[in-house]
Amino acid sequence: MAYTLLGKNFTPPDIRGKVTGKAKFAEDFRAEGMVYCKLLLSPMPHARVSNIDVSDALAMDGVVGVLTADDVPAMEGAAQAILTNNPHYVGDPILAVAAIDETTAADALEKIRYDIEPLDFVLDPLQSLYPGGTNAQVKGNVANAGIPLQELKWTARDFASADTDQFPMTGKAVSEWSYGNLEQEFSAAAVVYDESFVTASNSHHSMEPRSAMSYWENGKCFLFGSSQSQSFMIPGLAAYIGIEPEDLVYIAEYCGGGFGSKGAPYPIMALPAHMSKKIGRPVMMRISRAEEYYLGSNRAGFQGRVKVGVARNGKVTAVDLYIVQSGGPHGGFPDFNSAAGAVSICYQPNAMQYRGIPVLTNTPPGGAQRGPGQNQIAMVMEPLLDKAARELGIDRLEIRRINAPNNDTIFGGRQRSVTSAYQTEALNKGALAFNWEQTKKRSGERNGSKVIGVGIGQAYHSAGAAGFDGLLRIAPDGRLHIHSGVGNLGTYSYAATSRIVAEVLHCKWENCVIERGDTRKHLPWNFGQFGSNTSFTMSRSNHAAAMDARQKLLEIAAAEFGGSADEYELGEETVFSKADAAKKLTYSQAAQRAIDMGGKYAGHEIPDDLHPMTRASATAIAGTGLIGVAKDNYALDGSPPALAAGFMVIELDTETGKFEILEYNGVIDCGTVIHPLGLASQVKGGAVMGIGLASTERIVYDPQNGLPANVGFHQAKPPSYLDVPSRLGSDAVDIADPQNPMGIRGMGEPVMGCAASALICAISDALGGHYFNRTPIVPDMIINAIAGREQSHKPLQVYTF
Amino acid sequence: MKDPTTFFSGSSPTEADEPQLTRCRSSRRAFIKGVIASGAVAASSAYFLSGCTPGEGPAAGSVERLISLHINGKIRRVDVLPNETLAMTLRYKLGLTGTKLACDRGECGACTVVIDGVTHYSCSTLTHTVGARSVRTIEGLQGPDGELHPIQQAFIDELGPQCGFCTPGQIMSTVALLEKNPRPTREEARRALSGNLCRCGAYDHYLNSVMRAAEVI
Repeated sequence: MAYTLLGKNFTPPDIRGKVTGKAKFAEDFRAEGMVYCKLLLSPMPHARVSNIDVSDALAMDGVVGVLTADDVPAMEGAAQAILTNNPHYVGDPILAVAAIDETTAADALEKIRYDIEPLDFVLDPLQSLYPGGTNAQVKGNVANAGIPLQELKWTARDFASADTDQFPMTGKAVSEWSYGNLEQEFSAAAVVYDESFVTASNSHHSMEPRSAMSYWENGKCFLFGSSQSQSFMIPGLAAYIGIEPEDLVYIAEYCGGGFGSKGAPYPIMALPAHMSKKIGRPVMMRISRAEEYYLGSNRAGFQGRVKVGVARNGKVTAVDLYIVQSGGPHGGFPDFNSAAGAVSICYQPNAMQYRGIPVLTNTPPGGAQRGPGQNQIAMVMEPLLDKAARELGIDRLEIRRINAPNNDTIFGGRQRSVTSAYQTEALNKGALAFNWEQTKKRSGERNGSKVIGVGIGQAYHSAGAAGFDGLLRIAPDGRLHIHSGVGNLGTYSYAATSRIVAEVLHCKWENCVIERGDTRKHLPWNFGQFGSNTSFTMSRSNHAAAMDARQKLLEIAAAEFGGSADEYELGEETVFSKADAAKKLTYSQAAQRAIDMGGKYAGHEIPDDLHPMTRASATAIAGTGLIGVAKDNYALDGSPPALAAGFMVIELDTETGKFEILEYNGVIDCGTVIHPLGLASQVKGGAVMGIGLASTERIVYDPQNGLPANVGFHQAKPPSYLDVPSRLGSDAVDIADPQNPMGIRGMGEPVMGCAASALICAISDALGGHYFNRTPIVPDMIINAIAGREQSHKPLQVYTF
Repeated sequence: MKDPTTFFSGSSPTEADEPQLTRCRSSRRAFIKGVIASGAVAASSAYFLSGCTPGEGPAAGSVERLISLHINGKIRRVDVLPNETLAMTLRYKLGLTGTKLACDRGECGACTVVIDGVTHYSCSTLTHTVGARSVRTIEGLQGPDGELHPIQQAFIDELGPQCGFCTPGQIMSTVALLEKNPRPTREEARRALSGNLCRCGAYDHYLNSVMRAAEVI
C-alpha cells in the first residue's frame, strides 16, 4: 500500500537539539538552590555495614544532608534497594551525602565512619550451585522475575555426572519446558553435537551516565532522569519515591543511550528525590563512568550446554538446552528463558527440552541488554549450524533457509504462533546483496599470514505488544498534537510511530507537534521503549487514536452539513462531503466545532477501558480541541517476531589472532518499513554493538577479591570507528505484517545478534570450522586454537581475562 | 548564602589554609591514581571532584583565579579553580551544556572542543592552560540568526545521531577535520573521528554526515 508519509525519510524533531547542543539530558538541568550528592559505594563484593557515624561529615561546612538505607524503602526478596546496609557487589551504594558542591560532598564521604564486615561472596554461578557453595545473598542464590529468592544446590552426583569440564545436565532447574519426543529425534538425527559453552557478561556502558536531578514543589516531585521509556517509568518510579504516580513530574526528553539498562525504573534514579525531600533543596546526582559500570547493569552471562540433532536434509530436529545464568545479586533479566525461546523459533526443532536456572552472583546487577538471551544464544547456535552444514555437505545459506521460520512457525514452551515471519526472504535478500555464491568461495583464501573467513548469522527477538493507549488533539489552530508516552531512546521510533496519526488523518507533517518527554505534556499510557516493541505497539495505539479522531471528524462534518458520517471523507487537513466537496470543514474549524459540541468530541467523555494515566491526560486536555483517544483493542493472535540475518567477511591474521571486518550486510524482517534511514541506522549500529559482543566486550573480575577489572570504556572495549568497517550494509524485507494496521513490526535487537553470530561464524570459518564454546572470541583464544594449545581458561570458567 | 547553582562554590569565603593543603595533596593522589587506572598519560585532571577546596582566594604561588576565556568568539570572564577542567568550566560556569561528559577521563571524546583549530578532550584540559587561545564548542557553530552550520545540517540530513549524547563531540571533531582538510577521504574522516566513541554504533551514519558536509563546505 502506498503511504504519503510512511516509508519516507523525515527530520525527527529532536535531532536539531542533538546537533546544536541544546538537547537537555538529565545532567544539563539546573534548579535554584541545587546541591550535589555523592555516593558511598561498597568496597567489598558482599558485606554487612553497621554503626554508620555521619556526625563529622554533617559538621562540615557546606554539607547539607546524608541519606542512608534507613531513609529509603526496604525491598523484599532479592530486589535491589536504592541504598543498602547489605551490599552485594563492589560498587553497591551504601549512602549518599549532599553538599553545596561535589568536592565538599566527596570530602564528606571520607569523614563517614562505619563498620563493614566482609561476607562470603561468589562470582561463578556453578560454584554457587555446588553442595555447600556460597550464596550471593544471605538468604539464597537463585532468583529472577517470577522466581522468588531461594537456595538451590545441585548434588555432588549431578556434578559427577558430567565429564571433566563439561556442563552437568542433571541438576535441578527452576525453569523448564519441553515438547516432542527428544530421544526419538536424537536417535534419528544424522549428526548430533553436544557442546558446553560460556557467554560472557558485558557492561551496557551507555554514553550518558545515569545522572538524575530532583526537587519538590507544591507537593509534587520533579525528577529529571535518563530513561528509554516515559509513561512506563511512572508507576515504578513513584513507588521507589514513595508517592502516588500522579504526584510525580517526570522529565526525560532525551536519553543518552540505554540499550535495555534504562528501559524500566531503576532504584538509583529515585535517590535525588529522597535526598531532596529530606533536605528541602534540589539535588543533582552526577554519575561517573565508573559508577555507571556499577549501576548501569550488564548483560547476563551464560554457562550452559546444548545438544543439537540435525537430520540428513539439514533440518534441526532436536535440541536439549540447559542454561545457568549469572545475573548479579538480584537476579537480573530472564535472559535464560528468552534464549530458549529464540532457539525454538530460529530452528523449530521437532523436539526440544529447555531447562534454566538464574543464579545470583556478587557482580553488578544484571539487566536486559539489547537482545537479552537471544543474542548470546545466537552466538552459540549459529556456528553449530555451520558445523552441521559442513558435515552434511549442505551450503551454509541453504541450511538456514531449510530451518527458517515462516508464517506457519510454532515455537517455545507454549507453542505459540507468529503473526508473520519472513526469514527466508531476509536470507535471500542478504545473500543477493552479499553475493553469497561468489563470496563464500573466498572462505579460507590465504594472503601471507592472513586468512579469509565468511559467516552468516541470524537472530530473533519478539517485536511488539498490544493494549496500550493513543491520544491526540487537533487544536483550533488546525495543528495536530500527537501525545506520545513511549520515550526516546534514540531510535526516532517515537517520531516514526507518530507519523501514523498524520498518515491516517491526512495531515501535513509540518503541522504536527509531538507532545512527549515530560509528564506535564499530558501523555497516554504506553509501553516502555524496549524489547523491539515500539514500532509495533505504538503504531497500533496511535492508529486506534487516529481512527477515533477520524470518526469524530466525520461525525462533526455530518452534524454541520447533514447526512451520515460515512458520506464524508478526510483529505488535505479537511473533512469534506464525498458528494459535494464544497461542503467541508478545515481541521481548524472542526476543532472549534468539537469544543462547541463538547462530549466525546472535546474529550469530556472518554472510553472506559483507558488506563488511569491516559484518562488523566485526556481529561486535562479536554475542551481544548478535538480529542482522539482510544485503547489498542485490535486483535493480536500470536507473537510478532523480528528476525535478522547478517553476512560478514573477515580477514584474520593467524599470527596475531586479530581480524579486520571487510564487509557486512544486515537484513531485518520487521514488516513495513516506516523510516528507512532510521532503520538503516539501527541495522548498522546494532552490528557495531554485535561486533563488540562477539569479540571484545566482557566484564572481568579478580576471583580472589571480587574486584572488577574493567569499569571504564578503555578496558570494557566497546567498538570504536576503527574496529568496524567504515561502511556497513543494511536492508529490510519490507513485507507487511497482517496484525498491525500498517503492517509494522519492531526490529531493534536481532540486528545486533545477527552481526554478533555472523562474526563468530566468520572467525570459525577462517579457522576451518573451529567451535570455540565461548564468547567473546578474543585474539589469544584464536592464537591458542591455531596453535592447537589449550586455552588459558578452563572451559566453564567465567569473568576471565 | 553562597550561590549553590554553580558547581564549585566559587564565591565562598576563604577557608583555613591547612584543610586546603590537605585536600590538595588528596587531589594529587587521586590524579595519579586516575592516570594509572585510565592508562591515559596525558590525562590532566583525573577526577575533578577530588580537587582542591573551592572558594579560597589566590594563595602565594597560585594562578590567578579570575581569567578571560575566548569562547565561541566572545570573551568570557570566569572564576576558575586551579584544578578545574575546561569541561566543568563550560558546563557549570558558562552554561554551555552542549559539551557532554561521558567518561571524564579522556576515553570517549564526548567532551571534544576545538582549541585554535585542534580537537581537545575538554575533560582532560585544565581551564587554566587554555589561556588566550580560541575555544569553540557546539554552541558556537550556529550563525547569528540560529542558522545551522553546514556540518550540523549534514548530520541532520544523514541522520547521524542516534541517542545524540556523543554527537556534539563528533561534530566538533568534524569541524576541526574539515577546517584542516576540507576534502577528506572517508578513511581520513574515520581516523579523524576515531577518538569519539559512540555506543549506539552510529559510525557509518556519522561518516556519511562528514562526507556530505565536506561536499557543501
